[in-house]
Amino acid sequence: MELHGITKRFPGVVANKDIAITVRKGTVHALIGENGAGKSTLMKILYGMQKPDEGTIAIDGEQVTFASPGDAIARGIGMVHQHFMLADNLTVLENVVLGGEKLYGIGAKARRKIQEISDAYGLGVRPDVLVEDLGVADRQRVEILKVLYRGAKILILDEPTAVLVPQEVDALFDNLRELKAEGLTVIFISHKLGEVLKVADDITVIRRGTTVGTADPKTATTKQLAELMVGSELPSPETRESTVTDVAMLRVENLTLLEGGATGAPLTTAAPADPSSTTVVQEVAAGRKLLDDISLTIHKGEILGIAGVEGNGQTELIEALMGMASPDAGVITLDGEDISRVSVRKRREGGIGYIPEDRHRHGLLLEAPLWENRILGHVTEEPNSRRGILDPKAARKDTERIVREYDVRTPGIDVTAASLSGGNQQKLIVGREMSHNPKFLIAAHPTRGVDVGAQAQIWDAIRDARREGLAVLLISADLDELIGLSDTLRVMYRGKLVADADPATITPEELGSAMTGAASGHLEGTEQSEDGDAR
Amino acid sequence: MKKIDKDKLIIGAAGPVLALVSSFVLTMLVLLATGLDPIEPIRLMIENAEYADIQVLIVNQTGIFYLAALAVAIGFRMNLFNIGVDGQYRLAAMISAVVGASVELPGPLHILLIVVVAILTGAFWAGIAGILKTTRGVSEVVSTIMLNAIATSLIAWLILPANFGVQPEGSNDLTTGEIAESGWFPGIDMGQGNGEIYGFTFVALALGVVYWFVLNRTRFGFDLRATGESESAAQASGVDAKKMILTSMLISGGLAGLSGMPTLLGDTHTYSLSFPVGVGFTAITIALLGRNNPVGILFAALLFAFLEKASSNLDVAGYPKEITQIMQGIIVIAVVVSYELVRRYGTRRQQQKVGEELAAGGAIKTDKEVSA
Repeated sequence: MELHGITKRFPGVVANKDIAITVRKGTVHALIGENGAGKSTLMKILYGMQKPDEGTIAIDGEQVTFASPGDAIARGIGMVHQHFMLADNLTVLENVVLGGEKLYGIGAKARRKIQEISDAYGLGVRPDVLVEDLGVADRQRVEILKVLYRGAKILILDEPTAVLVPQEVDALFDNLRELKAEGLTVIFISHKLGEVLKVADDITVIRRGTTVGTADPKTATTKQLAELMVGSELPSPETRESTVTDVAMLRVENLTLLEGGATGAPLTTAAPADPSSTTVVQEVAAGRKLLDDISLTIHKGEILGIAGVEGNGQTELIEALMGMASPDAGVITLDGEDISRVSVRKRREGGIGYIPEDRHRHGLLLEAPLWENRILGHVTEEPNSRRGILDPKAARKDTERIVREYDVRTPGIDVTAASLSGGNQQKLIVGREMSHNPKFLIAAHPTRGVDVGAQAQIWDAIRDARREGLAVLLISADLDELIGLSDTLRVMYRGKLVADADPATITPEELGSAMTGAASGHLEGTEQSEDGDAR
Repeated sequence: MKKIDKDKLIIGAAGPVLALVSSFVLTMLVLLATGLDPIEPIRLMIENAEYADIQVLIVNQTGIFYLAALAVAIGFRMNLFNIGVDGQYRLAAMISAVVGASVELPGPLHILLIVVVAILTGAFWAGIAGILKTTRGVSEVVSTIMLNAIATSLIAWLILPANFGVQPEGSNDLTTGEIAESGWFPGIDMGQGNGEIYGFTFVALALGVVYWFVLNRTRFGFDLRATGESESAAQASGVDAKKMILTSMLISGGLAGLSGMPTLLGDTHTYSLSFPVGVGFTAITIALLGRNNPVGILFAALLFAFLEKASSNLDVAGYPKEITQIMQGIIVIAVVVSYELVRRYGTRRQQQKVGEELAAGGAIKTDKEVSA
């Protein structure tokens, strides 16, 4: 497959400029670049979701144009999206045949075909399992199978490792090698350099919408790639000296949240399993415990990191701490005060800062100007208002200060939040939350979808506040970020804190095994010591 | 920065202008299709509006529409669709008329009592929908429409002579009895038999100012707007969504209740079967056209009052006066379509502009750059 001179303009910006890539048949070709470099746009062009303004695409020497993803599929191109497109309440078989009923029907023939593909590439997919019962890695394999089922010869994987723990990443790479061995071509989009070096045969680097170079994974180092990718070294989340004090800021005791909210959910009579046991009792019925007896303490000046595959209760923990969900049991104490039954607004006034995991849903009013977004969440506090009356002048002035101090790139404070890039939106949120001298900060995926420059600045802001005695709860899917920033690490699995670890000695691989429930208790930095049932 | 502000203004005006122009054109096409002169009716209406007595009627109607449209707009600002303004308005006018006719108090107190009863009745009726939504999750669209129907039946029953109704001598109409003169809101006489401008029209205008202040300058207003723009973000920011829904429903209902007051206190002094209906529905269009903005709503209310009052004798000239209703209907559709078009265009344009200005080095100087 060859791409030549691909250019795509969006109003005001050139997303792709004169991109040239040659992908050899039967290889894994990695496409790397930082957030916003134009990788996704390029992939959308390849998959027929968008049309290039200029340039040509050739497959096997034959020039093609795609008007829709349907055309791309007919040409043997398949895409595995970063966010899975599966129906949870259907089985694997049903998900695979959905939309492709004409190929092999929906019955025995389809099942045979699925089994055949699964065996051929070592995917290990079971056709009759409900998708909702599958883990993230299994779902990804279903997605891959879905694409292969439709006859794809070229697979595009968009950030496939973002949701996986290290062990699962290795398994995925084994699958990719199988695919390659069978003569399929894989285009692998990522910004994780270590992984790219492990699996790719060729590497193309994209910066600011254009191809800036290629690299040979056999000789290239992550440092060289980083320099190609961002023009400088990658920032490191490393935290230097410890600032942990022994003053407890946030104390959570036996926090439990049942599915279906607090109202009318029947209490499960199933006795909790022996706390030392590592087996997990899976309660399928309603009233499943989303948060199961969570206890933790965060001290002043401490960053407590929570590792875990997404969907294991992290969102619920944040909601319970913020007051958006009312827990069924447990006590939350902030700075010596019981806030278990206090409203969201009172908690925010009481000194909880919040960097939400989904900034568009929970952190911003996208169509409101920046200065109104500066008020959001702190409408009752100075300088935004006094005695119930807003003070737009003071709020605007303070917005300008935030823009200056936190390096938010914007032409002014009257533009809407939607017109800023993700990194700048996030810097505005961080600046806003830090401006009210929080005692305790909830930082959920603080650097997700943020460019490298903004990433470093956000880390700096969190570290600075920590030095001044801020307690931070850090939730992140980026294990390097977790290990680098945290003073203490806990692992969350199916609503429980199952393990703890010392970030100074732990490796991402060890953390990964605890995230999948394979290990628990105190994780030693060295070889897995069998002290499983201690705490 | 100035450029973006000017842009915002132009884009803000583009929506209504686009909607009005296209609805005028479409109305003309309808007239053409039925073989009528498309220009003549409009000329007649403008000519009509030159008479002082018609102007008084238009001003009075504007005040009524304005109040009702504010009631709709406050709901719109937080994504609540109070379709029940009409029912709230009629029920409030009826109940307050009954109360007003049954007591006699010194002037201002009498008026105040009637007004308070109207607010409470409107708020109560809208509050039913609010409570249903917050406790049972019933869509306010459905419940307010149904409450309209219930209000109609309730009024029909209450106004029976056996209950609170009075049947004037030699008339088929039913009324709630005349309110004593102490409960009449003084108006401004325009002389020469041109009629009176209702005093309550000025109350309506003052409430427009209050509406602006509450929404744009108070915490409550900010919470309300935030909820309308993004419920999830508002909740995370500490807004109690349920309380917000109930409060804004009550305010909306209260305003709806007030919109019957210009007519009741300034003109009829009684609620009768011929009390104007449909005000609450026209108000939905007006609030849409006025973009929920107090000034915009004022102009929209004026336009609709003009359409309604200046068209009254089109029939005499051989033109169906229903063409104004056709035009109103087309405006609703045109408004929804053109606002969405303009909104998308505006968002794109701003993103583009921000991109351009940043590329051209137009960003606010940040500390990092200064130190670098």
